Amino acid sequence: MALEMAEGDADGRAGAGEGIELAGAWLTLDPAGGLYWPAERLLVVADLHLEKGSAFARRGVPLPPYDSRATLALLARIVERTKPRTIVALGDSFHDGGGAARLGAAERQSLAEIARGREMVWIAGNHDPDPAPELGGVHLPELAIGPLRLRHEPAQGAPTQGAGAVRGEIAGHFHPVARLVVRGRGLRRRCFATDGARLVMPALGAYAGGLNIRDAALARLFAGAYAAHLVGAARTYRIAHHACLPDR
Amino acid sequence: MDDARDDRREDEVREEDSRSAGGCEPDAGLTDLPETFRRWFAGRGWAPRAHQLELLARAREGRSSLLIAPTGAGKTLAGFLPSLVELAERSRARNSARPPGVHTLYISPLKALAVDVARNLERPAEEMGLPIRIETRTGDTPASRRQRQRRDPPDILLTTPEQIALLIASADAAHLFGDLRRIVLDELHALAGSKRGDLLSLGIARLRRIAPEAQTVGLSATVADPDTLRRWLVPQVMGGEMGDVVVAEPGAAPDLSMLESVAHVPWAGHTARHSLAEIYALIERNTTTLVFVNTRMQAELLFQELWRINEANLPIALHHGSLDVSQRRRVEAAMGEGRLRAVVCTSSLDLGIDWGAVDLVVNVGAPKGSSRLMQRIGRANHRLDEPSRAVLVPANRFEVLECRAALEAVRAGAQDGAVERRGALDVLAQHVLGMACAEAFDAEQLYEEVRSAEPYAGLTREDFEDVVDFVATGGYALRAYERYARIRRRKDGLWRVANPMVAQQYRLNVGTIVESTMLKVRLAGAKSRFGGRVLGEVEEYFVETMSPGDTFVFAGEVLEYITIVEDEVRVARSNAAEPKVPSYAGGKFPLSTFLAARVRALLAAPEGWSSLPAQVHEWLEIQRRRSRLPGREDLLVETFPRGGRHYLVAYPFEGRLAHQTLGMLLTRRLDRLGLHPLGFMVNDYALAIYGVRDLSLAIAQARLDLDRLFDADMLGDDLEDWLAESALMKRTFRQCAVIGGLIERRFPGKEKNSRQVTMSTDLVYDVLRRHEPDHVLLRAARADAATGLLDIRRLSDMLVRIRGRIDHVPLARVSPLAVPVMLEIGREMVAGGASEALLAEAEDELIREALDGAGDGGG
Repeated sequence: MALEMAEGDADGRAGAGEGIELAGAWLTLDPAGGLYWPAERLLVVADLHLEKGSAFARRGVPLPPYDSRATLALLARIVERTKPRTIVALGDSFHDGGGAARLGAAERQSLAEIARGREMVWIAGNHDPDPAPELGGVHLPELAIGPLRLRHEPAQGAPTQGAGAVRGEIAGHFHPVARLVVRGRGLRRRCFATDGARLVMPALGAYAGGLNIRDAALARLFAGAYAAHLVGAARTYRIAHHACLPDR
Repeated sequence: MDDARDDRREDEVREEDSRSAGGCEPDAGLTDLPETFRRWFAGRGWAPRAHQLELLARAREGRSSLLIAPTGAGKTLAGFLPSLVELAERSRARNSARPPGVHTLYISPLKALAVDVARNLERPAEEMGLPIRIETRTGDTPASRRQRQRRDPPDILLTTPEQIALLIASADAAHLFGDLRRIVLDELHALAGSKRGDLLSLGIARLRRIAPEAQTVGLSATVADPDTLRRWLVPQVMGGEMGDVVVAEPGAAPDLSMLESVAHVPWAGHTARHSLAEIYALIERNTTTLVFVNTRMQAELLFQELWRINEANLPIALHHGSLDVSQRRRVEAAMGEGRLRAVVCTSSLDLGIDWGAVDLVVNVGAPKGSSRLMQRIGRANHRLDEPSRAVLVPANRFEVLECRAALEAVRAGAQDGAVERRGALDVLAQHVLGMACAEAFDAEQLYEEVRSAEPYAGLTREDFEDVVDFVATGGYALRAYERYARIRRRKDGLWRVANPMVAQQYRLNVGTIVESTMLKVRLAGAKSRFGGRVLGEVEEYFVETMSPGDTFVFAGEVLEYITIVEDEVRVARSNAAEPKVPSYAGGKFPLSTFLAARVRALLAAPEGWSSLPAQVHEWLEIQRRRSRLPGREDLLVETFPRGGRHYLVAYPFEGRLAHQTLGMLLTRRLDRLGLHPLGFMVNDYALAIYGVRDLSLAIAQARLDLDRLFDADMLGDDLEDWLAESALMKRTFRQCAVIGGLIERRFPGKEKNSRQVTMSTDLVYDVLRRHEPDHVLLRAARADAATGLLDIRRLSDMLVRIRGRIDHVPLARVSPLAVPVMLEIGREMVAGGASEALLAEAEDELIREALDGAGDGGG
């Protein structure tokens, strides 16, 4: 199983990022955590959690107010690399309902530059269920294109095998991270998690925490083996799920 | 605490006192002592000691004083005598109403000590019929009593630094402490120089403002630099003001020796297994022995081994900080009752309550510093007139040298120098918030008050402003949080806490002790996967580096790590004789600079080697013949091939922490030079880097310049790069963030455990470092890194010292001196610590495994 995936990888390693196949669609993984669909020139990013810092500051925990600009800078880099026609933000783009209104002028400007000449699609998340019209773009509960279905939370109770199985679902929400111990050093990285039928995106937000991909909540989304693609400085790293260590 | 001891022995000591008093007529000092007290002393057949009367005389003159005295010298009674006398006089002049506030505040680093001292103080007060109310206040004091204490304070309150912070941050502070006459600071040497000490010093500065007449009395063991402690006792106005100092007669010189094992002295390791039978024999020959080791894991191991050979079934107990509190209390109680023959313990017993019965201290492993050793020796036999007895047990050859150096230092009474440090800015932030909770403050006035505290005497106005700004809105250059300010400047210019919720937050987060996340260690049951009993707790970061199947020693057994479930580590008993993971390799404390210099001097002077054990002597002789010996001031660097790899071994003698930092930086540089180091190992004395390239050749061909490799400029960009991803730095930052009040201890509040805390503060660190590298919290974290887990200052001092003094010896094979570090089972660190390289390796490894598996299947 792991072997097949490894070979698939080797073939698909072209262009900007590692290539994977999801429900017949050929996608590339941007090393910083974006998912690009060349055929549609569509970029998917998840869980930006913009203005999480100010959400905490409101409650008396003044985290550094640079998270939105850090996240947007990352998004800008991914957009620069992939040059998509459409950007889909897969929900929880803002940490809370008031987030869009709190966004600073400079950050608003960067967002406008990122979106210039492109179509912005804001998928509703549990943190930001309502549209923020001032940001432009369209706000949708979910989006289906060809074999792929883009939504914030993975469909409940649907495994990826058997009758009524999910195929081609791309979701966020869970902020998957993988933990490894290599040569006595613990490593923890954000990652894509996929079994070829469903894919869970890493969170892009600078302050977004993570859930271990071995956690039951994530593991149950996949019927069998799945792989983690860890984000990295210049590429992603593919590790089979059973080689990643659980937290607790 | 010492009084219990005095009780039994004062008669003997008195005789000695009068014998040794010489020209000093004992009655002369007694005139200060009221009749009641003289009668009380006489009634018990005692005489007050010279330093007790001296302290009383200074108090009468209105002076603050530092008392330096060995344990057992009646230090505590000395500290309280002036207060007892004043309170007795006050109660006699009864016509005026009793002032409502606390008269004397006693502050101890340990709450158990505060409780113990209170008990020992009540007895003389009672026997003299003094109507004095003595009470303790600790985290364990019931809320009802705490409230009552605020309304109706006792005459003498015994408490801890954290309670002081809470009390002065309340509106009752003026009522409580307005009549304060004296502050007694016990074990001051243990508090000063730490963040806890910083917080206390700020609290005292506030107390002095509330009660300008209050005197301070510091009680301390012998220290290298008493002047710092003397400055602690009085407000720093011009800078450098000092309290008086009273030095008690030292006790008998300790009877110290080093165990010269008949067995082979190991090259490396920290278990001292080779001396086990001898340690056991020492326990058998003595009534009660304290066996000190440097880490919990060593304590575990030694305890396990002692019981293995405990044929006489001697009651030997274990005491360390990871054990359940109730278990520790049971051990302490059994010890107090004289029911134990030995306790294997860590520095958890360095301080604290004394047990009279201890007649021998065994220190296993090198003492790492002479001051710590003296403290530990002082735990044995508190009869001043008899020497304390202690035996040092070196665990390896280098430790033989270190023990020898420590013995000589203790005999000469030489102490480790204190590390110079400034008051921490994160602690100041906590205090500033506390002061805004107490009442509205004027920034200028608070600045002056803060600077009157010794650790903050050099605080710049700019740093202070930055801290206030940080407390208010986070202190970011991007002024985004004005409307969420925690403290605000009112129209009258005074700062006040913005709302009661902030004050509540402050109270929940007070203190400077940030516990690492602890995980329970539970034995997984053979039948039930929910497992059996809990063995204790380990720090989470230790578990972070383990893979399932790794074995380690805990609770006296070799255990196999299975998995983590919730906040528990599930383990199984293992048959492995040697654990795979070397727990905490060397020890928590790095070798002190002072002791390191003595070890270097010992090495550089072969004429003194004859007194060393034969094996060690021989080891050094061979080193001298085959390579060279490290000099007093230069840096010996050896390069040699071994087993298909090439090694570079340097001997800086700067302690494990500094060596680890150095190793990280050197491997980064070697990597950039294309010399592809694979990893490195460190111990307290040396550092060994290994790789596949021939380093001797690279040096000979001038492709590698050692002077440039070791140039101090590595502390610039290289260090910054490494700090960006250093787990130690992130841990340091997290502590500063918690202490400074950026995040709450239970951040972000709702999580079921603090696992996410670690992750989240790492994210905050990354963002802040990139966007505001000069932020006050990062400055605080860097200051900590300089002396804490990364020991950067020491590294920097070394690099400057050895500039142009590198002594390189290319060798054909490993040198004798290099063997210990080569055997160090330390975890291999990949060059540069680059996690990208590790990830690629993990991926390759797995692919190879997968391919191998496929090959097997096909074949």
